[in-house]
Amino acid sequence: MHHRYDVLVVGAGGAGLMAALYAAKGNVSVACISKLYPTRSHTGAAQGGIGAALGNVQEDHWEWHMFDTVKGGDYLTDQDAAEVFAKDIIDAVYELEHMGLPFSRTPDGKIAQRKFGGHTRDFGKAAVERSCYAKDRTGHMILQTLYQQNVKAGTTFYNEFHVTDLLIEDGRCRGVVAYELSTGELHTFHAKAVILAAGGYGRVFKITSNALTLTGDLMSIYYRKGLPLEDMEFYQFHPTGLAKLGILVTEGIRGEGGILRNDSGERFMERYAPTIKDLAPRDIVSRSIITEIREGRGVGRDKDAVNIDLTHLPREVIEGKLAEITDLARTYLGMDPVKDLVPIQPTAHYAMGGIPTDLNGLCLSDGNGGTVEGLYAAGEQACVSLHGANRLGTNSLGDLVVFGRRAGIYAAQYARQVEFPDMPENPERESVDLFDRLRNSSGKDNAAAIRKELQESMMNNVGIFRNGKDMEKQVGIVQELKARYANVGVSDPSRRYNSELIEAMELGFMLDCAEAMTASALNRTESRGAHDREDFTTRDDENWLKHTMAYKDLNREGQVQIGYKPVSLKGFTRAFEPKPRVY
Amino acid sequence: MTQTHAPTSAAPVSASVPMMQLKVKVLRFDPEKDKKAHWTTYDVEAQPGDRVLDVINHIKWYLEPSLTFRRSCMHGICGSDAMLINGRNRLACKTLVRDVAKNGGTITVEPIRGLKVEKDLLVDMEPFFDSYKAIMPYFINESPAPAAERIQSEEEAERMAHSSNCILCACCTTSCPIFWVNGSYLGPAAIVQAHRFIFDTRDEATQQRLGIMNQNTGVWRCRTAYNCTEACPRDIPITQLIEEVKRAVMYGQA
Repeated sequence: MHHRYDVLVVGAGGAGLMAALYAAKGNVSVACISKLYPTRSHTGAAQGGIGAALGNVQEDHWEWHMFDTVKGGDYLTDQDAAEVFAKDIIDAVYELEHMGLPFSRTPDGKIAQRKFGGHTRDFGKAAVERSCYAKDRTGHMILQTLYQQNVKAGTTFYNEFHVTDLLIEDGRCRGVVAYELSTGELHTFHAKAVILAAGGYGRVFKITSNALTLTGDLMSIYYRKGLPLEDMEFYQFHPTGLAKLGILVTEGIRGEGGILRNDSGERFMERYAPTIKDLAPRDIVSRSIITEIREGRGVGRDKDAVNIDLTHLPREVIEGKLAEITDLARTYLGMDPVKDLVPIQPTAHYAMGGIPTDLNGLCLSDGNGGTVEGLYAAGEQACVSLHGANRLGTNSLGDLVVFGRRAGIYAAQYARQVEFPDMPENPERESVDLFDRLRNSSGKDNAAAIRKELQESMMNNVGIFRNGKDMEKQVGIVQELKARYANVGVSDPSRRYNSELIEAMELGFMLDCAEAMTASALNRTESRGAHDREDFTTRDDENWLKHTMAYKDLNREGQVQIGYKPVSLKGFTRAFEPKPRVY
Repeated sequence: MTQTHAPTSAAPVSASVPMMQLKVKVLRFDPEKDKKAHWTTYDVEAQPGDRVLDVINHIKWYLEPSLTFRRSCMHGICGSDAMLINGRNRLACKTLVRDVAKNGGTITVEPIRGLKVEKDLLVDMEPFFDSYKAIMPYFINESPAPAAERIQSEEEAERMAHSSNCILCACCTTSCPIFWVNGSYLGPAAIVQAHRFIFDTRDEATQQRLGIMNQNTGVWRCRTAYNCTEACPRDIPITQLIEEVKRAVMYGQA
């Protein structure tokens, strides 16, 4: 079936929904494709808040937020992106409130704000209350509110449509091909502009806060075209996932006063980040936890977790402002944060890297200013390089509203100026081939078994602490798994809702993301932000103050070519010199 | 038909936890080959703290790849995996094996009721979302917005705490006997969404929303069976919220 829209949005989480709203305001026809129902998108799992220098509780300024973002990103953050972000997010939060978002409130009726990791006043002097929140379900409320506004605006949704190919020819995007889950039919969407906002790929790791659906589909499709993925080595582990399960426990838990303790009850963060302790940024807290565990001070049956202690907080705070995670701890661990210490361990959480874009969301085709005409990206899928080497807590929700909005505005503006591009001949060919290969394989290898090996090996070899030897091994493991993947059989021949076929396809996307990530990480011989190497322990600004651009070598299977892109070291009005990063 | 064995547990819990032997009875239906639904039983091993979703995933990944259901977040926030487990509507990712079965016991799994079954545990959600859309599920305030936020007291914000907690999983609506016999009833989930806006002090469309609730598809169909409240995986006091909406309709104000 053939469809035609001026602007097509892929993904219906926060970034996609914001982009769709703004594209529609630009007087163009808009449709949004999601492999889920929009309200199932993973934005809903974000808990703690959205940071903006509103100054509702304490004095705050966008410059402080910009500085925290740049320093938090270990100076790999593009400072122009950080300046745009820190200014725009203030308006964006008010706009969400005007859309009806039920924020928690201060006693005088303003949007409530609380502390979060890496949020400081006076350029690092002390913690500041910057995170605007709706209890501990801020992401859920953003997702619901943005979906509601799209219902109001009459946005056309294609729910449970899985994008299988991006139509790019001669450097110009022309649309996408998608598979309709309920019928097994392929659909061609012809568009003047396409916005990619399909989220991250945390499912390449064994312990992750990410939904089962976060398999890096569009990143992989982009990469398969020979286009680059930026900064894939920077992958954030959230310090506090529920032990063994990886279910997210918001940083708000520490913002409200929760304390991390090792097996002897010691508040160990005092040793690692004396100024802001438990409120240090995520990479630092994650490494501190793993160090405690490695040195034998972990808790639990396998001594592979540490505790978070809320027992000194009033019950109203725990059951009110932290109701969601209280419920999670009670449901999954049978523990009550009001009286029990809750075991947590770092969990794979957020991709700082992804499809490279400029400040307007336009996708980059190389590190020298080349672009893909008509193609935009936003949200976790994209790398506008706001987060650099480590994302500050609350900046993901901020990223998706600020840059989702910009992508929507600029995509619509572009679509108003151009005619529909010609479609490639036989646009569905690649997608048909992809499914034929999976359906006709006579192999007996099991997709679930390959996926499990991928997740375990990525966790072990490209996790929080890394070294050249393990990552070289992982390059080999990923290639071996790809070879086995070529023989994965799909036994279910049905057309309708063939989820076996979809899961097998997703595994192929995950393997690509893992390949780009491992190669990028092996190549970067320094430690910066979330990329921490045991064999290159210091940050090396002289050689590595640059972004990685990983390209799939289309002529040699399994080879990755690495290029670079300069870091923007200046904002429009402010610039922060790289300095050692201490808290 | 019985298919056998499961070599490993689904959830990543310590090996030293004792395993449970379970029979999982799944109501299966594939319209491409079945005239009607039929039960299939799978023998699996699980740890007591495994989620029912872990067990169903295990069956799909290692025993029966064609088994079809929705799932995504795995921790009760996306609302994809509502199903009937041992006769009750629940989220499979928020239900632990030890809470629904003993060692050697059986867990039954069926699709939620009142919506057309498309395949196995997966149902047609469109009528559910049509009801949602019918209540104008969006904030309306056409007055010029201030430069900053609209002021709202903590108490006023708290008025929406329960209703805004809804994840649209459909557990409530598909457990409601009135919804089963009368598909035109908007159902508990849609009323909860209406409550969300009716009791928002910033919203200006209260009378229109109360009008929708006063129609014969609205709140008066509710017979206070409490099934919805029991089924809600997020402990929303749904029956109470419906009563509050009824009272608002009756007295013409929120």
